[in-house]
Amino acid sequence: MQIKEIQEEIVDEFSMFEDWMQRYEYMIELGKSLPLIDEKYKTGDNIIKGCQSKVWVHAELEDEKLVFTADSDAIITKGIIAILIRVFNNQRPQDIIEADTDFIDEIGLKEHLSPTRANGLVSMIKQLKLYAVAYQTQLN
Amino acid sequence: MFDVQKIRKDFPILDRKVNGKPLVYLDNAATSQTPKQVIDVIVDYYSQYNANIHRGVHTLSQEATDKYEQARQKLQIHFNVAKSYEIIFTSGTTHSINIVASGFTSLLNRGDEILVSAMEHHSNIVPWQMLAERTGAILKVIPMSLEGELLMEDYDKLLSNKTKLVFCNHISNALGTINPIKEIIEKAHHVGAAVLIDGAQATPHIKADLKKLDVDFYTASAHKMCGPTGVGILYGKEEWLNKLPPYQGGGEMIDEVTFEKTTYAALPHKFEAGTPNICGGIAFGAALDYMNAVGFDAIAEYEHELLEYATQQLLEIDGLKIYGTAKNKTSVISFNIEGIHPYDIGTILDKLGIAVRTGHHCAQPIMDFYKIPGTVRASFGFYNTKEEVDVLVDGVKRAKGMLQ
Repeated sequence: MQIKEIQEEIVDEFSMFEDWMQRYEYMIELGKSLPLIDEKYKTGDNIIKGCQSKVWVHAELEDEKLVFTADSDAIITKGIIAILIRVFNNQRPQDIIEADTDFIDEIGLKEHLSPTRANGLVSMIKQLKLYAVAYQTQLN
Repeated sequence: MFDVQKIRKDFPILDRKVNGKPLVYLDNAATSQTPKQVIDVIVDYYSQYNANIHRGVHTLSQEATDKYEQARQKLQIHFNVAKSYEIIFTSGTTHSINIVASGFTSLLNRGDEILVSAMEHHSNIVPWQMLAERTGAILKVIPMSLEGELLMEDYDKLLSNKTKLVFCNHISNALGTINPIKEIIEKAHHVGAAVLIDGAQATPHIKADLKKLDVDFYTASAHKMCGPTGVGILYGKEEWLNKLPPYQGGGEMIDEVTFEKTTYAALPHKFEAGTPNICGGIAFGAALDYMNAVGFDAIAEYEHELLEYATQQLLEIDGLKIYGTAKNKTSVISFNIEGIHPYDIGTILDKLGIAVRTGHHCAQPIMDFYKIPGTVRASFGFYNTKEEVDVLVDGVKRAKGMLQ
């Protein structure tokens, strides 16, 4: 599936929820299903700076597509990173670089974009895209 | 007679909703809310007599100058300070601390010792580290117990004739501990050291008598005392303020300027370079009037009641642990629930309209001490109610249910 299609699928899923509680409960569930990062990659280098909670992300290239794994010590943060990874996993770096992330607004997570969340979500998106840029350079 | 419902009517913000729920504001240690009596003064300033002070001969400038200096006198009286010019207006506690830390650069020698308590806010650690780096002085830490109380026996051992400065907060922002500052000051003076007490967290709860404390420097921030942001004070004993060089150069802090030499203005202007936060200073005075009208004894008594009630209710939640259990503490409760990140709890509480602080509260060394990433901090003000405590407790229970 293409990035855009996955985003639409997520927006569909979230549109079924009636209130924030259901949304957050779903995010917490997603957090639990996050493809976990190998402990050996849980290093200072892989920590995303600018989050209140700790977030580690690792990326590898398989068949010219990126495979992400991650973890966080906070469960809601894990849910958020799980959503991002679902969107960007198994995609070509160039597609990740070009993708927009407007769907975050549509699923009611805009508040996580505000600077008072220490830019958690913004930093995560930036980090995933940086991986894509790095691997794209390698492919060129 | 203390009537919380009547007091709440003074605070327009308490009527608003957050995420569709009535706001429950429990982040008072970060900033307090502003009563309409103070908001009115701010509106009045900009509508009636906004002008630069200490320089114009015109009426507006004189009115503004008078009100600004009256605010300084209110602060002088409130803190029981000998001379009004010992009160320096600053942008807040961080600025106040930096004036002193910077000023001591020329007064310290290599090998001199600076003592700082283990429960400081970053703003009371970093300036001293920088000072130590500049001067070759050594920074030493007064340790604390698991309950969050300073170990006074260790303090005694750390003090020596090498000690030149001692820094400590009056009340810890992360734990709520009220530190025994009278004793700390007396003992430091025995060895000839100067003492700076950071009063940012104490001044909203306690009326500090600076003369009685015999403290050398004391700081406060208006925005924690029902006043506006961006204004605070540095109190300094006249002899110390005369010893310290100016912090910033600019207008108002000068006496005479030629290209060869500038002589500095007298206190307090020596430390008040440039156009100050005039409206903020005047509003600070109004905030002080407001709090004094409510009464600091009544505030302390009521907040203590809230603290006891909230502590008791929260501790009934399984797995909840409170950090900072000093015998003598103010209405701050830092807590965690086993296996749940404080950030997650804070996020859910926000959805319920409850404002708390999560994270390390700019006091990372304390979090390292307890080996935790941070806490959830609920801090109560005199306009909070027991009903709001109940909303918090229900919210925490709900968050726990969702997150575990």
